[in-house]
Amino acid sequence: MCAVRNKQSRNGRRNRSEWFGVDPVISVGNLWKVFGSNASQVVASDELKSLSRQELMDRTGAVAAVRGVDFDVAPGEMFVVMGLSGSGKSTLVRCLTRLVEPTAGTIMFEGENILEADAKRLRDLRRNKFSMVFQHFGLLPHRTVADNVGYGLEIRGVPRAKRGERSQEVIDLVGLTGYEKSYPDQLSGGMQQRVGLARALAGDPDVLFFDEPFSALDPLIRRDMQSEVIRLHREVGKTMVFITHDLSEALKLGDRILIMRDGQVVQVGTGDELVGAPADDYVRDFVKDVPRSHVLTLKWIMRPPRPDDELDGPELSPETVVREAVRSVLGADKPVKVVRDGELLGVVADEEILGVVAGEV
Amino acid sequence: MVAVAVPRRQIPRKALIVGGIVLAWLVLWLVFRNVGTLALDASELTPLHRWINSVNDAVGASRNSNPVFLYFFNEIRLVIDEFVTFVQALIAQPSFGRPVPVIGWLGVVAIAGFVSLAVAGWRVALLAVAGFVFLGLQGLWQESMDTLSLTLAAVVIALLFGIPLGIWAGLSDRANRIMTPVLDFMQTMPTFVYLAPLTLFFLIGPASATIATLIYAAPPAIRITAHAIRSVPHNTVEASESLGATRKQTLLKVLLPSARKTIVLGVNQTIMAALSMVTIAALIDAPGLGKTVVKALQTLDVGTAFNAGLAIVVLAIVLDRVTTAATERRSLPRWAFFGGFGVTGVAVYFSYTYLWAAEFPSEVEIGSSIRKGATAVTEWVQDSLPVITNGFKDFVTSVLINPLQALLAESPWFLVALVIVALSFLIGGVRAAVVSAACLGVLVATGLWQDAMITLASTLVATILVMILGVVVGVWMGRSRRADRFIRPILDAGQVMPAFVYLVPILALFSATRFTAIIAAVVFAAPVAIKIIADGIRAVSPATVEASTALGSSSWQTIVKVQLPMARRALTLAANQGLIYVLSMVVVGGLVGAGALGYDVVAGFSQGQLYGKGLAAGVAIVVLGVMLDRLTQAAAKRWTN
Amino acid sequence: MARHSVLGAVLVGALALAGCGGAKVGDSSSGAAGDCGTFNLAVNPWVGYEANAAVLAYVAEKELKCKVTKKELKEEVAWQGFGTGEVDAVVENWGHDDLRKKYIDEQKTAVSAGSTGVKGQIGWYVPPWLAKEHPDVLDWNNLNKYADQFKTSESGDKGQLLDGDPSFVTNDEALVKNLNLNYKVVYGGSETALIQAFRQAEKDKKWVIGYFYSPQWLLNEIKLEKVKLPEYKPGCDADAEKVACDYPDYDLDKIVSKKFADANGPAYQLVKNFKWTNEDQNTVAKYIAEDKMKPEDAAKKWVEANGDKVKAWLAKA
Ligand SMILES: Nc1ncnc2c1ncn2[C@@H]1O[C@H](COP(=O)(O)OP(=O)(O)O)[C@@H](O)[C@H]1O
Ligand SMILES: [Mg+2]
Repeated sequence: MCAVRNKQSRNGRRNRSEWFGVDPVISVGNLWKVFGSNASQVVASDELKSLSRQELMDRTGAVAAVRGVDFDVAPGEMFVVMGLSGSGKSTLVRCLTRLVEPTAGTIMFEGENILEADAKRLRDLRRNKFSMVFQHFGLLPHRTVADNVGYGLEIRGVPRAKRGERSQEVIDLVGLTGYEKSYPDQLSGGMQQRVGLARALAGDPDVLFFDEPFSALDPLIRRDMQSEVIRLHREVGKTMVFITHDLSEALKLGDRILIMRDGQVVQVGTGDELVGAPADDYVRDFVKDVPRSHVLTLKWIMRPPRPDDELDGPELSPETVVREAVRSVLGADKPVKVVRDGELLGVVADEEILGVVAGEV
Repeated sequence: MVAVAVPRRQIPRKALIVGGIVLAWLVLWLVFRNVGTLALDASELTPLHRWINSVNDAVGASRNSNPVFLYFFNEIRLVIDEFVTFVQALIAQPSFGRPVPVIGWLGVVAIAGFVSLAVAGWRVALLAVAGFVFLGLQGLWQESMDTLSLTLAAVVIALLFGIPLGIWAGLSDRANRIMTPVLDFMQTMPTFVYLAPLTLFFLIGPASATIATLIYAAPPAIRITAHAIRSVPHNTVEASESLGATRKQTLLKVLLPSARKTIVLGVNQTIMAALSMVTIAALIDAPGLGKTVVKALQTLDVGTAFNAGLAIVVLAIVLDRVTTAATERRSLPRWAFFGGFGVTGVAVYFSYTYLWAAEFPSEVEIGSSIRKGATAVTEWVQDSLPVITNGFKDFVTSVLINPLQALLAESPWFLVALVIVALSFLIGGVRAAVVSAACLGVLVATGLWQDAMITLASTLVATILVMILGVVVGVWMGRSRRADRFIRPILDAGQVMPAFVYLVPILALFSATRFTAIIAAVVFAAPVAIKIIADGIRAVSPATVEASTALGSSSWQTIVKVQLPMARRALTLAANQGLIYVLSMVVVGGLVGAGALGYDVVAGFSQGQLYGKGLAAGVAIVVLGVMLDRLTQAAAKRWTN
Repeated sequence: MARHSVLGAVLVGALALAGCGGAKVGDSSSGAAGDCGTFNLAVNPWVGYEANAAVLAYVAEKELKCKVTKKELKEEVAWQGFGTGEVDAVVENWGHDDLRKKYIDEQKTAVSAGSTGVKGQIGWYVPPWLAKEHPDVLDWNNLNKYADQFKTSESGDKGQLLDGDPSFVTNDEALVKNLNLNYKVVYGGSETALIQAFRQAEKDKKWVIGYFYSPQWLLNEIKLEKVKLPEYKPGCDADAEKVACDYPDYDLDKIVSKKFADANGPAYQLVKNFKWTNEDQNTVAKYIAEDKMKPEDAAKKWVEANGDKVKAWLAKA
């Protein structure tokens, strides 16, 4: 409940037009990653590039994990990449920090093409600008929680005392107070991932990357952790790129969601855009089971006022989620007006609301 | 169940081809029997053997003038000699003008206890103290300390080189590719083969003994370190990289610490290998328990040999438990650490100063009882069992060994080669066929083809027996915790007890025959196979076993249809390891009637003019090992996928 | 914490008290080496050799005050040691013409130091019970008659001739062929295997014929009988392929390193003068092998009973 309301407010704070009003933190252009010894040949040939993954595999033995991906991420945004297993998400997010070396394309980070960074610059970026949280935690089993969290700082040469202080701060922040001296194998999965989170936060990066961080967790714990990330996002206000294969997680967290399929981008948009206007059958199929009343906002279901509508009913914003509007709409005996900045955009009456709710059953 | 049934269905076509090949072989064998067998009499030499002899002589003759000797081998020898002598001076030999070593028995016991306490905890510390005191009670304190000195020196040097090499092989695929065959070679090459030349290069005594031990003991450390580095989870390394770690930082802070546990296991293996080597090194005057065993054997004094063998087993158990326990994370309370440190310091001081703490008191001893007991048991066995054992020997010899040997050794060489290459192709495709062909080529070149075939026949029979024992006992242990608890220590002891100790009773039971050699090999190889299979059976998911039981399977059905098929990987590994272990006993087999390659090696070590032949035989054993290893691995891959 | 430290202190104190009594290391004077210096004595792995070595070492230590270092080595390795200075003497050498040629003639690192007085015999032996029940088995001409009896699982349809102490050169394969014997040479592979075979044969009255040699401590326990082969004549074993005669008798001798001989110290004199008989060696060998005495004790016992012989070795020194 709480989480949904948070998201609601964030959605309310920022709308589409704003994202393009500022310079993006990350800007990815025509990014390719092909695995195989003949990778560079593949991206050099338009013909090969146009083949489907399977055809390419059959012809050259190469695997095109990421194929011509473009997107921008705005500062402070929670950007979610979603797709089925094998669609290339992990490869994509690793390309962004060059843990996997991209085959072709550009990745602009704060105006700098990081594909041109040398080893030292790349290390600097990794130490100071971005950090990552992994699906399988990647904790060091021989170190205590505190030492795991401080590992990134240690690598940067931060003195022990300062390291301890900062570690403690982030340990408190992720709610691990009291576990500083424990070893990873003494913690539950959820707690371990908190350690992973703390480690990523310790270096105070500008951008956090998450690669399916909660997929290995039990559903209840997963929900807690999602709330935790939302809380952190609000508190520290960092840009986050979040990979998931779980649509509900994507909808819950994402300011915007990029849907990937076979290495390609299928659609980018806010949750209600995906549900309200799926780009193709693939996305439609995907979002088919989503409880639409939880995602769609009034702007997706409103209709132009008809002459016989009485236009003196209650007003609601177009960003109001349907579920939240149900009571007002059904309770009113007149259609509800959808209004932004005093301008009437449309109306919503019982039949529109019932259309959405009934479709879910 | 379905998974089990499907591969079965596919076999017949291939089985038909194999059957065809074997049938053709049999027919051709009848026709060409004893033609082109490349036989060589025991005292006959080939030009290659003579050439190796002359190289050997030339090296020996030039050792005082050749700069390679003066500035390379001599230097190495000096350093190692100094090191070993120093360790011996500390705990084993009278030194620095004193009639006793620097640290006497009390000090050594205290140090052993304290180190064990620090790295392995209370229980192991107690075991270590008890074990070391037991060595003294056996009346073998000094011999044991000599063995320990040599082992420790060899292990330290092995690790000094082994771990960095292992790290390199773990990080670099190319280094790994180059090192693997060298390590294979080092491990399968029979020690006897390089014992004599080592003394040429490094003279007689501790240095040569240490180097011989080192050659045998370093490979496990290298292999396991490389494996440990390789098996650090990729995501841990990636996480470290994502935080901006340099390669060096990742190595030092992630790879090595994460691999520590496994590397300690490598250390453990190295120690065990070193200990098993010291008996053989006794043949070039390595001091210690090995010498006691070898000397006792001259007069067939099983009691004395057993007593010394038992001391080696005790040392092995203590060192094994300490290193195994050292893989666990533990921290000793501060007071215990400093208390232990203080007590140890005092004990060391006493053992330096006072005679009673320096020399193990000879009034209390149990060695003579152990000797008498072992002798009595041996005599009983020798007197009462041959009635049964002779029948068994004759049966196996006539049903298994003789036919197989006749087929392998009395067929023309090209026929056998053709059959082996064809079978290799069926098992592992072109690659396997090429490897086999190359190996067979080398065998022909060594001039010892027929001996190699005789040894191959015995090796195969021994491996079959090992697998039968392995499955029977392994399944039993895998299914019953109690059986496991009871049998495992016996297997452990069987693995470290020097083979020389049990050769005498086995000889009494089976005379000097190929079968005796086979039994010796089985005794040595079976424990490994049994353990692997037991672990494999235990690892079969209990859920599957439960499901099978729920369907009403009998125990037998569960074993045959569920547990064994699901433990396939363990079975193939056991067969592979069993083969390698059997091969490493070929030379010992040569001492008790195996003839063929084993005898060639032994004779080459003993007689100058057979040296070249012995070396060629050693190479032939290695080549057989490589071929069989690759074949079983290919078969395993085919079967488990 | 504090309590534990107290405990530790008490423990340490108690140990210290316990330690106060007792003799200190170095109270008794350690035996200093005399003018003889160090004597590196190779010990080859058979009991007869060890008997020689034990007595020599005992005399060198007690009478000449040498510091004797025994090195347990196989023959070939021991001979190598002459060149490196690690071995001064080998005190029972069985022929080994190949080694003589290599180290005495070619590398010139070794020299002979004369006979030990012990006569060595190599040949084919059978257990006493067999010699008693079938005396004619002791003549090689009758061997084919008994071939069937000597059959084993290793020899197939022929009789088994058990061979194979790997340290010795044997002509047995050639002998079997050239004497037209219906036998197969089977390689036991070690002295241990041979001894065990003869022991069992005597105990269980089994048929065994095998390669053996004298002096050997086992002969004190079991009087193996030698089979008569065509008589040895000098030169009859010149061509290894065509040998059809018995092994020669060996005059077992002593080999020393050139350096050791040139230095001509008391230990060398002792080695050179050392000479005794088969019986003497057998006595000491029996003490060691059967009575399980330590070599020092065995040597002591013999030396005390044979003072005059020992005196003769030392006389000219
Ligand atoms: N190192 C690699 N080598 C070859 N193929 C790879 C490698 N890593 C990933 N792939 C392939 O790339 C595709 C995308 O993988 P991945 O990025 O892991 O997908 P996701 O994270 O969406 O499940 C898959 O087909 C996978 O098999
Ligand atoms: Mg993934």
